[in-house]
Amino acid sequence: MTKRTRQDSETPNIIESRDFQALFDSLAKQGYRLVGPMVREGVVIVDDIAQVSELPIGYVDEQEKGTYRLTHSSGSAFFGYGLGPHSWKKYLFPPRMRLWQAQRHNGSFAIAADDSTAQEVQPLALIGVRACELAALAIQDRVFMGDYPDPHYKAQRERLFIVAVNCIHPESTCFCTSMNTGPRATGGFDLALTEVLEADRHYLLTQVGSDAGAKVLEAVPHRPATREEKAAADTLISHAAEHIERSMNTRGLKELLPASSESPHWDAIAARCLACGNCTLVCPTCFCATVEDTTDLSGENAERWRLWDSCFTTEFSYVIGGSVRASVKSRYRQWLTHKLSTWVDQFGTLGCVGCGRCITWCPVEIDITEEVRAIQAQHATISDGAGRKKKDAHA
Amino acid sequence: MHTLEPILAKHPFFEGLDKRYLELLTGCASNVVFKPDTLVFREGEDAKQFFILREGAVAIEIFAPGQGNVTIQTVEEGDIVGWSWLFPPHRWMFSGRVLQPVRAIALDGECLRKKCEEDHSLGYEFFKRFSHLLVERLQATRLQLLDLYSIH
Amino acid sequence: MLTPVAQPPATRLHDPMLPSLHRVEHARWDTDDTFSLELARVDGATIPPFEPGQFNMLYVYGVGEIPISISGDPARRDMLVHTTRAVGTVTRAMSTLKVGDTLGVRGPFGTTWPVDAARGRDVVIVAGGIGLAPLRPAMYRILAHREHYNRVVLLYGARTPGDVLYRKELEQWRAHFDLDVFVTVDRATGSWRGSVGLVTSLIGRAPFDPLNTAAMVCGPEVMMRFTTAELEKRGVKGDLIYVSMERNMKCAIGLCGHCQYGPFFICKDGPVFPYRRVQHLLSKWEI
Repeated sequence: MTKRTRQDSETPNIIESRDFQALFDSLAKQGYRLVGPMVREGVVIVDDIAQVSELPIGYVDEQEKGTYRLTHSSGSAFFGYGLGPHSWKKYLFPPRMRLWQAQRHNGSFAIAADDSTAQEVQPLALIGVRACELAALAIQDRVFMGDYPDPHYKAQRERLFIVAVNCIHPESTCFCTSMNTGPRATGGFDLALTEVLEADRHYLLTQVGSDAGAKVLEAVPHRPATREEKAAADTLISHAAEHIERSMNTRGLKELLPASSESPHWDAIAARCLACGNCTLVCPTCFCATVEDTTDLSGENAERWRLWDSCFTTEFSYVIGGSVRASVKSRYRQWLTHKLSTWVDQFGTLGCVGCGRCITWCPVEIDITEEVRAIQAQHATISDGAGRKKKDAHA
Repeated sequence: MHTLEPILAKHPFFEGLDKRYLELLTGCASNVVFKPDTLVFREGEDAKQFFILREGAVAIEIFAPGQGNVTIQTVEEGDIVGWSWLFPPHRWMFSGRVLQPVRAIALDGECLRKKCEEDHSLGYEFFKRFSHLLVERLQATRLQLLDLYSIH
Repeated sequence: MLTPVAQPPATRLHDPMLPSLHRVEHARWDTDDTFSLELARVDGATIPPFEPGQFNMLYVYGVGEIPISISGDPARRDMLVHTTRAVGTVTRAMSTLKVGDTLGVRGPFGTTWPVDAARGRDVVIVAGGIGLAPLRPAMYRILAHREHYNRVVLLYGARTPGDVLYRKELEQWRAHFDLDVFVTVDRATGSWRGSVGLVTSLIGRAPFDPLNTAAMVCGPEVMMRFTTAELEKRGVKGDLIYVSMERNMKCAIGLCGHCQYGPFFICKDGPVFPYRRVQHLLSKWEI
């Protein structure tokens, strides 16, 4: 968080692909636990990584509404794939985390905070963070480091090294350009890479974003980039920006969505939505959690766990007497309105970064950009109709 | 002699009513008092009047086998009681039991009904006021049916 | 406009997710299904200061944790009082706790009734059902500084005479010359000779000056909708009406997302809201 961002004008460096492993080694040597992308069970996920060879080298994916297909090409790109279902949030906001333990004794009990929550958090290096995911991280910072900072999140966030990767192969589900979050990483990283793969060369144009980044880079063979190399990388990124297919017009959404709470379009979405919660699980900003209190069989030891939760379950809004949001329609409305409207009230930013994961992983192909457009269109029709009526009245 | 007109005129129920109607109304009004545990009116009897409570409290009851007299609602100072006189068959559907000594103005329904028939403007004024009362009671009953506090 | 005061940072807890141990000093049933617990800290320390309207998260060993409003006197620092209904898993388990048993407490959390800001005005407190519990600390605070207020009126509606909470206390309060207490029940039973009818029916005839009144309302949402409408009809300014909202809560610190109510987290933006802030949400369906 206290990272000093360096001048964007600073000359980037070149790491040749054959030297890329040195970056991993340099990070490991400085005590970072490395996590990065790899292929598992047909998808790109993120997990502990030590070797460049573990990256999804040569893998490309196709994504569409409700579709994800990963194929191995003859190419040798390290980062030729798009976003997988895992976001980095699992490292800062773990899907399951023990908050504390309690032991019964003498008819009473004692509670002790879990050791892992604050002090003993290992420094973590995230390798391959896309621009939209940096934006997601910045959003989660506002959520988890606000009035009541989450101890685990804060501790891990302060011990985070980020190797960002600029997007050069956007997916059809991406809409980062609408959300102003990508495809170029503009800050919040320690190092940012642009992978350039030419007929006879393969290198990573490396931008230093912090002193920590500079320090890690010291142990990696590198040299300043030439103007041509920098131009080549820039061209790739602008090319990517031009190839973003989806879009969302966020103008006026904050007001429009709460004002459209009775829109019949929610019924249309609810008719398809399975309330499975996939969108909330893959979303890099969704932060809802529940707690679970357990005891062991003897009843001598009790624990409290925090688990990811989803606003799509009926239990989520349960109060004595029943669930407040009993209908699927009200739950989808809650999710979308939260993401694109009330999030702004709460945290001063939208809750969506345009990563498109919720579009890809929705089993019934619900597309957030289409739904927003439909609500906007409906509103436009209504206002238009109202406008005409007014005119008629004047005539 | 004191007439009841100033008292009626001050009651919110008759607010905005034309002076000549107030005079007419006064002609149908009389002071009444009831002692505790007596009945102001009894279920099944002819409903010839309605009451403006000036003091005291009345329980609107219904007799239910096995439950005895069940209080549906209580009315107090300032409340209007009774609309059975307005509609055929002009019979009380509930009983009104005095909880605290009652001083009230009784208005002769039969007399008023006749006047309303003769003068529809007066009739309109009356129905406007009584329908408001009915709506309030209906809303209250609906909320009571919800049994709000049982699920809270 | 009066604004509810958020919990002062001075009382912020070191780890807000970690309960502190409390011992049951007194336990009693207020009605057939509602009970009160008086709790003292096991370590003997004074309880953290709280303001009327705030709530705690209460943990029953191995069973779970739920939000419960504080219903005791804010002037007392030795004892924490909570009143709740035994309706769910946790509250049922809680209702079986005996004197000497321990439970976990996190808090206090949330916004407060504008009792201090209401000075110089008439105060009308309207409670429905268990909604009297979070308003009782406000009554205590007002009675402790009675000279700062004009007329003070408590309107309370319960389901049946047997469901009337804090009956003895209500009777004591009713005996005060400077306090107007009206109690009504939805359904009369037995020898009840008091009012029968909705709590909203009390608003029209209660003695207060609507133009200089601060109103505090707590009860089921439907009751609050009709109560606020009736208060406005009487002439009370919407800016001076406060309501207390309820939603599912897991963390109480605005992180778990469960208590969202439109743009608000009820745990930290509420539970007490100026009516004007939530008016547009009150009639919305499944918000």
